[in-house]
Formats: sequence, C-alpha cells, structure tokens
Amino acid sequence: MIRLIPRTQPSKAMIFLSPLLALTLTAVTAFFIFAFILTDIEVSSVFYTLFVEPLIDTYYISELLVKAAPLIMIALGLSIGFRAGVWNIGAEGQYVIGGITGGAVGLYFYNVEGFWLIPLMSLAAILGGMFYAGIAAFLKTKYQVNEILVTLMLTYVAVLFLSAMLQGPMRNPSGFNFPESRPFHDSALLPIIWQGTRLNIGLIIAVILSFVTWFGIKRHLSGLQIKITGSAPRAAKFAGFDDKKTIWFALLISGGVAGLAGLFEVIGPAGQITPGLPQFYGFTAIIVAFLSRLHPIAIIFSSLLIALTYIGGENVQIYFNLPSSITNIFQGMLLFYFLACDVLIQYKIVFFKTIRQKL
Amino acid sequence: MANRKLTSILKFSLLSSMLAFTGGAFADPVKAAFVYIGPTGDHGWTYAHDQGANMVQDQLGDGVVITRIESVAENSDSERVITSLARKNDIIFTTSFGYMNPTVKVAARYPDVKFEHATGYMRPTDNISTYSARFYEGRHVIGKIAGRMTNSNIIGYIASFPIPEVIRGINAAFLAAKSVNPDIQIKIVWVYTWFDPGKEADAARALIAQGADIIMQHTDSTAPMTVAEDEGVLAFGQASDMTAWGPNAHLTSIIDEWGPYYVARVKAVADGTWTSTDTFDGVAEGMVEFAPFTNMPDEVMWEAQDTILDLDAGAVHPFTGPINKQDGSPWLAEGETPPMFPDIITMDFYVEGIDSKYPN
Amino acid sequence: MNEGLIIAIIIGISIASVPLIFAAIGELLVERSGVLNLGVEGMMIVGALAGFVIEFHTGSSFLAVLAALLAGMAIASIFAFLTQILLTNQVATGLALTLFGLGIAAFIGRGYSEENIQLISAIHIPLLSDFPIVGPLLFSYNPLVYLAFFMVFLVWWFLFKTKQGLTLRAIGDNHDAAHAIGHNVIRYRVLAILFGGAMAGIGGAFLSLVQVPIWGEDMTAGRGWIAIGLVVFSSWQPFKVILGALIFGGITILQLHAQGFDVRISAQYLSMLPYLATIVILVSLRMRDKNKTNRTMPNCLGRIFHSTS
Repeated sequence: MIRLIPRTQPSKAMIFLSPLLALTLTAVTAFFIFAFILTDIEVSSVFYTLFVEPLIDTYYISELLVKAAPLIMIALGLSIGFRAGVWNIGAEGQYVIGGITGGAVGLYFYNVEGFWLIPLMSLAAILGGMFYAGIAAFLKTKYQVNEILVTLMLTYVAVLFLSAMLQGPMRNPSGFNFPESRPFHDSALLPIIWQGTRLNIGLIIAVILSFVTWFGIKRHLSGLQIKITGSAPRAAKFAGFDDKKTIWFALLISGGVAGLAGLFEVIGPAGQITPGLPQFYGFTAIIVAFLSRLHPIAIIFSSLLIALTYIGGENVQIYFNLPSSITNIFQGMLLFYFLACDVLIQYKIVFFKTIRQKL
Repeated sequence: MANRKLTSILKFSLLSSMLAFTGGAFADPVKAAFVYIGPTGDHGWTYAHDQGANMVQDQLGDGVVITRIESVAENSDSERVITSLARKNDIIFTTSFGYMNPTVKVAARYPDVKFEHATGYMRPTDNISTYSARFYEGRHVIGKIAGRMTNSNIIGYIASFPIPEVIRGINAAFLAAKSVNPDIQIKIVWVYTWFDPGKEADAARALIAQGADIIMQHTDSTAPMTVAEDEGVLAFGQASDMTAWGPNAHLTSIIDEWGPYYVARVKAVADGTWTSTDTFDGVAEGMVEFAPFTNMPDEVMWEAQDTILDLDAGAVHPFTGPINKQDGSPWLAEGETPPMFPDIITMDFYVEGIDSKYPN
Repeated sequence: MNEGLIIAIIIGISIASVPLIFAAIGELLVERSGVLNLGVEGMMIVGALAGFVIEFHTGSSFLAVLAALLAGMAIASIFAFLTQILLTNQVATGLALTLFGLGIAAFIGRGYSEENIQLISAIHIPLLSDFPIVGPLLFSYNPLVYLAFFMVFLVWWFLFKTKQGLTLRAIGDNHDAAHAIGHNVIRYRVLAILFGGAMAGIGGAFLSLVQVPIWGEDMTAGRGWIAIGLVVFSSWQPFKVILGALIFGGITILQLHAQGFDVRISAQYLSMLPYLATIVILVSLRMRDKNKTNRTMPNCLGRIFHSTS
C-alpha cells in the first residue's frame, strides 16, 4: 500500500514535473491500448497526430487557441465561484442565454453598422448570463435552494429556449425555415487577429480577464472575502463578511462571463446562432477550473491542454478511421492521470514498507 | 501552387501513359470523406449514410480511399473537421443540415476540393453540390398502409425537430392516410432529439396509451419499433430496415438509399466530370426505398406496391390539391401540385385536418 | 380519460422514474458520506452496456443485472481510488469519469447496436395481478421497479437506523472529528462510492433491459445529471428521492401525453416543464417549512480528507 505524506510547502519542481509525468503515463497507457486493440495501426503516428501535429501545424495552433478561448473565460468565472464554495454547474445554460441575448441585439440592429454594436451586444450577453445565474442566486439567498439543482435544471431549459427562439423570432427569414439565425454581418463579428484563421479578439479578452482576475484575487477585498468564505463558511461570517453578497457576486460574475463566452461563440467561429450553440463548454470548463487548481493563469494552460485533446482526438479519428469514442476515452484517461499526478505537488508518496523501516 | 499544378500535370500524363498499358484501372484513388452527425451504429440517419459509403467502397474498391468521421456536432467544431478533411481529400460529403455554413466557408477556401452537402440549399461556389431525398414520397406510401391497417384510426407520430423535412413527412403521411381512411387522426409528439432511445420509447408508449395502434417515427433509434413490438401494435421503421427489432410489429421501413448517388459522385470526381448540382431524388430515382412489407394483408401490400409504381412513373404527387392549410386557408387548388420552392423546401405549416398545434 | 389510459400513464411514469431512483439513491449515499461524484452518467452508461451484453449472450436477466451492478462498481472504483487514495479533486474526477465511461461504453459496445434482446418481462402474480385496477397498478411491474423502491427503503434504514449509518453521516458532516474518534473515513467512503456505482449501473441497465431492449451510444442521454439534481432536490433525504423522481419522470411523461392530447402550448415550452417543476416544487417546499432548519447538505461534501496522524 501507499501512503501520502503532506509536504511542508507545495513542491515547485512538481508543479512542472507532474504534468510531464501525467503525459508520460497517458502515453504509455495509450500505447498499450493502441498496440493491443488496434493492431493494424502504427502507434508512433497515432502519437504524432495526438500530441505533436496540433502544436506544430499553424492551422491547428490557431484552432487550439480558438477552442481554448471560451474555456478560459467560463473557467475563470467558475473558479471565482468555486473559491467561494458556490457550485455553479450550469454555466452551459448561462452561456446559451448570453448567446441568445447578445445575438438578439445583433439581429435587432441587423442593418446597422457601428463601432458600438459589438460592445452593446457584449453588454446584453453579460446581462443575459448574469440574469440567468442570478435566478440561482436569488433562490439560494432567499429560499436556501441549492444552486447545483437550479443551475443544472436551467441549463436544459436554456437549450429548449434556444430551440424555441430559433423556431420563432430569431429564425432567418430567408433561411428556408430551418432553425438558424441570419449570419451576422462583418461589423457584428469579432475582429480576426490572425489573418487566414478563425482566431479572433476573444482570445485576447480571455487572457486579459485571466490577469485581471489574478490581480483581483490577490489585491481586492472581495477577493479576500471569496477566499475566506470558500474555505470556511463560518469563519467568513465571523469576520463580518456577508454570505449572501458573496453568493450573488460569485454567481453574477460566473454567469456574466459565461454569457459573454456564448456571444463570442456566436459572433466568432459560428457566425450565426444555431441549435449547435451548446457544446458542453460549461461542463468542460469545470474540469479546466479544477485542473488549474482554480488559479487564473493556470486556467489558460489547462484550457489549451483540453483543446489539444479535442483537436488531437478529432484528427486521430480522421487519419486512422477510429470511432469518436476514442476521444472520450483518451480525454478521461488524460484527466485521471493529470489529477492523480497533481497530488505530488502537495504530498510525498511513501510506500508502507519504507515507513516501517523508518520506524 | 503553380508547382503543385505542374506536378499534377506531370502525374496526369504519366498516369495516362500508364493507363494505356494497363488498360484502365485507376492508379490514383479518389479520396472521399464523410462527415456524420451521429454514431454509425444509430440504425437511422447516420447508419444509412454509412451504408452508402460502404457501397462506394465495395464498388470502387482500390479506386477510392474513404475517411469517415462520426458524431461531429453541428457547431463551430464542424468547420475545423471539414477543413482538416479538405486538406487531404478530393470530395467531402457533409451529411447533415447544420453543416451548411461551415461547408460553404471551407469550400470557398479549398476551390480544388468538391463538397457535397446533404439537405441544404446553398451553393455559392461551383465546388459545392447539394442533395437530398423526397422522403415525403416514402411517407406517402406508409401513410396509405397506415390508413388501411389501423383499427383505432389513430396514428402516433414521433417527431424530432420542427424543420421542413419533418413537417413534410407529417403532412404527406396524414394526407395519404386520409385518402384511404377519412376518419384518420394523427397524434404528434415532439421529442426534440434525433437519438434518445429512452425518450423515444416513452413517447411511443404515451401515443399507444392514447389509442394509437400505428407508430411512425422521424427519429433515428430503433426504440419505437421495440416498444410497438412489446405493446402489440404496428410500426414503421426509419432510414434503415428495422424488421429485426419488431418482427411482429414492423410493416415496412423507409430506407434512405444514398449509395448509388455516392458512387456516381465519387466516380464523377475520378472521371473529372463532377459539376455542381442540386439533387432531390425520390422513389423514381431509387433514393427512397422500402424494406420488405410484413405483417399486412396482401391487398394492402398490393396497394402500396401500386403507389410505389405510380410514384416511379411520376403519376402521383403526395401533395395534390385540393389541400387547405391547418387554419382553413387554401394552399393547393383541385389537381394542383406545389412548386418545389418555396412550398416544399420551406414547408412550415400543417395541412387541414391535423389537430395538433404547430410548434412555434 | 379511461382507466386503461390512467394505468398506462402511471406505468409509463414508473418506467421513466426508476432509472433516476436507482442512480439518485446511490449518489445520495455517496454524498451523505461527504463525497460528490459527478460521474453518475458515466457509471450508468457502463451499466447499460454491461446489462445488455450479458443479457444478449446468456439470456439471463439475473446475470445481466448482476453484470450491470459489477460494471458500475468497477468503474466507480477508479473514482474511489483517485479521490480517496490519491486525494484528487472530486468534481473534476467525476466529470472525467463521465467522459471515460461514455467513451469506453461506446467503444466496447460498437458491435452491439446491431443486436436486440428480449425485454425483461413484468411479474405476474396469479390472482393479485389479475385484480382489476389494483392488479395492474400494484402487482404487475418489472421486478426491478420493486427493487428500486426497496433500495430507497434500505438506504433510509441504513442511514438512520443502523450504527454504521450514523457513522457514515458523521463522516459526511465532519470527517476530521469522525477520524479522531477512530472511524475509518476512507473505508466508509470507498464502500459508499462502490454502492453508488452499483446503483447507477442497475439504473443504466434498467434503460437497456426494461425501457428499451436495445443498446445505443449515449443512450443515458443526461439521466445521470438529472439524478444528481434529484439528490439535491431530496435535500439528502432518501424518500424525497422517490418524490423527486416521480415528479420529474411524471411530468416528462405527462408532457408527452399533453402533446398527444394537443394542449395548445408549444412543445418546446411543454418540454421545459420537468426541469422547471423540479425547481418550483423545491422552492415551494422550502417556503412551506421556512422555519425549520433546512441545512441538510453534508458539511464535508466534496472536501478532500487526509488523515495527518
């Protein structure tokens, strides 16, 4: 048996070594899986496709960044809530609502151009996401209804609401009655920052938000408040912090950011509102947030890692005619290893035998 | 670019000289790719497209290399998948409506690659074709069978999403059933999913409990068929032959027969004769076919066969006036048939006689 | 409405609710021990596949259900090892478990979507089942339906009527204190997690063996998530799991019937009802007993336990 001994302080070396160890372990496991199950495929080229090609091919680099941007944004918002012990697991719903409200403004001003259009749409998206998460905050503070239930159930409602909107008022009038909005005009689309790719300004905003959050948590009072409430609710109350305010703050922030991410998907890579808007980002971002130990800068790297698993996994399907389930298995495995290796940062592993010898 | 052109010209001349010696086999296989919305094992929409891909492989053998990618969501991911495929393939079939705008965008960037988009309508560049099938002709046939076979005069219809294709199916089935059985009623349940066996089964049970003794589905799983079998009522399969899931319930299935089209299009790329087209084939062209007719008396089967022959000959149209819309306003006059566009392509209303509220 | 229809509706509701009851009662015990496992969806789908595969190969419903139970436990053991031995974050590990479970089930199950099996048939007790109305309503369900209700009772009895149950609740509320008085926190939690896996596995198998006799990728279609929501709805009280599942399953079925009866509301909005009703009913329950202390959520839910001694 093994035993974990806490380190006196987190190991700096392990912060960098543990991801490498996790990657190695994933690679070894994947090697056995591919070697035994998929006998007619050359394992080294599978590996190249999974881990290397997305990092050296300029097109896939741009796509990695496109995929990571919404994850960064949503995970940032969630990490603030998680620090405060507020369990918003329905960011997916807030993301969808933000896409709808922000997109609605864009569709309303369909024939109008202006520099103010995108900021206005963004405002609407943030407010939409905030409103949607605010329902959970209201019910939690007023009736002690757990936010896990409310945010989760409202996610399903949001997806159905999207369907109703696309079937009705938001449907493209010249779209043959298919449930899609009009494609947005250029002045309502996010500016591209890398010509020839889909990479837009959303990434820059996501990265800026990461740093703002980082400073915010370090410096700002509400940052302190959130830290305290999350780790020990009673301690926070004694310190004079308002529990209710924290709940409102955490949910409004995470909802607003998720809403903005929804709009950025709509006026970014998608270019229109479609029933395909919900794509599990809200849930994936939860994984991202915890992989990063809720650290705003680490969230950038975790998002890229998750994006890599999507794109690498997709290409493995394409190049080797493998089923889509391979991507899920691979993602799950990678996460298991990352989470497991993470333990080395805070703990030393000691085998029982060694302990006995010491004694 | 110029360089690549040069090599391909060189390759071509080399090829043709080789062909002269070997007598005609393709030396350079066509690379064809298929993008699927669901898993190939859904036994519905995606399964049918995958059967088509199999036919291409069987018929062209070494002349084609096929790539398939399944469960590609209809969102911004699909543009990346299609782009990845465009870098390595000659022709790409994107087999769901939601891939329309991504297909159009990628096609503009890869003018040398041919794109085939199923069920869409946009062909802004001349390297995109669109194709779909007149499935409502299939619904016309099963509607007649349903009208004859029901005892309760209630058809239960499990519908996925309110898009024109599904609406056309409901209207066509209802009109055909009514033509042979004036007392027919249709109960429609929208499940808002293409594939959720549990929910489809729940819907089938609800419809049966409300008196439906014939189940029609426009969803992809075999669940409604298994429920019909279990509850002792009759049902029609969707997209592929579902006899095995309801040996005593199965009447027939509308089969989406994409194979011949796929073979023709891939061959056209090989021959260099591919052009941008819009295909909307039906029973006559063999794109809509039927599983064996089972669990029905001979007269009903003969009538169905006759209907198929009429469709084959172009002698009947599933939407032949007089037909009113649900609100009573006239749609088609006596003997009139609707134009393909906009009436059929964009259909967004129920016909008169359907009681349910139109979902909007 | 006639009797037949009402009975059919009630049977339909039971079929829609039972997978949720199984999965939720398992998760309830897990959460009572202070562990949050968001991998219910992944454990359910693995159970659905295992049940289907064994039913297909052996034709034995008993073995099929047993296989689903064991498969659920097997995949839950990954979660147990990671979160209890290696002290990983429970939320992230649970989500990873969902991804992994969906992937592995789809991969192994590829050939099986071609196959079909016999539904597990409902019981038939001579005389009792034939009794009008009462017979079909009480004595004519699938055996797993009765098992689901029995499991809820069993979990209630365990939690509130046994010493071990008391210990488990104590661990969920304050693992450090429980540890200090000599309880083996890790062992209790590992066993709870395995129980949760077993229940989710059976819940999944109910889908593939009773609701529809087929196997399809992603056939759980989010039911694991609903189960997690229902545990919250129940305020961690076993019998309220039944209430929540019946409300959710009931409204799901009733909205399908409402469409068939052509209620003049668009189907999208009708489809929202199960989700909204769950929230609204919980709020109204809270409004009614506002004065009582409602804080029943286990204190240590989701917290990592590490014994320093």
